[in-house]
Amino acid sequence: MADQSPAGGAPNPGPPPRVASDSRFPADGSDLLARLVAREPKAFEEVVRKHGPRMRATARRLLRSESDADDCLQNAFLQVFRHIDRFEGRASLASWLRSITANEALMMLRARRAHPEEDIEPLLPAFLPDGHRAHESPLGSEPLDALVEREQIAALVRRNIEHLPENHRTVVLLRDIEGFSTEEVAKLLDTNENVIKARLHRARAALKRLLEVSLRGEPREVDYDALSRRS
Amino acid sequence: MRPTITCRELESFILDYLEGTLTHEQRDEFEYHLSLCPPCVDYLSAYKTTIELGKLAFDADAEGPPEGMPEDLILAILRTRDREEIA
Repeated sequence: MADQSPAGGAPNPGPPPRVASDSRFPADGSDLLARLVAREPKAFEEVVRKHGPRMRATARRLLRSESDADDCLQNAFLQVFRHIDRFEGRASLASWLRSITANEALMMLRARRAHPEEDIEPLLPAFLPDGHRAHESPLGSEPLDALVEREQIAALVRRNIEHLPENHRTVVLLRDIEGFSTEEVAKLLDTNENVIKARLHRARAALKRLLEVSLRGEPREVDYDALSRRS
Repeated sequence: MRPTITCRELESFILDYLEGTLTHEQRDEFEYHLSLCPPCVDYLSAYKTTIELGKLAFDADAEGPPEGMPEDLILAILRTRDREEIA
């Protein structure tokens, strides 16, 4: 029987509906997911407030526009509301929400793509006719903690990631930053794993070059004569 | 000295090498080339540094915790849900 609120207003809706034992729901007593599946109104708001900031951060990284990220977030939560019954519990709720966000962001990127992808070739490593590397890799000889102050390098890396061609930037964000597996990224981008691996490798190689140019200027050519004199 | 793959050929194996998915023979060839090629040793080191820098640049400490959601955005999301329920 529903309780009456002390102030005589609308009747207290009572406790949330009991949900039959379901392997999706954590055994630790947290019932947010159970309440979400049961479509309890307050549960949805809790999820928005609890998980929204992280989802918004993911959307902003992928879309590079605050207003686009906010649109993405609304679309993502609409999908959550419509399809919460499909959540199978194989991953955490946070992971599932992140996947939905990434998917919505990628759909927006595909819809607004109006110009050809920039060419990544100029950023890839160069080789001599005999197959040897043409340039040195100055980042390779510096330990990570010897690089510039942490805050500065973080800002520099984020700026240089922005300079990658979009298809490659997206893969490096999804794989290396958001932590999706190669298989997951392939599904999100509707392609196969070999394409993702090739694109990821080229993105990393291009980012390496961009960082080296930012930190040390254009790399020097490898002096193979000096190398062979030393060995 | 046995022949080795070229630096250009090594390039196509780097990602699989770092993920540990090369065959035993491929890994052997890869590492043999590295034993002979300081530029590729430097390149691989720089490549790994780049991956680590990318992760560091976006971790919570560097980026700061995600900003709180503006209240009007939260309300807009809840209104969208409400409209969906009514429909």
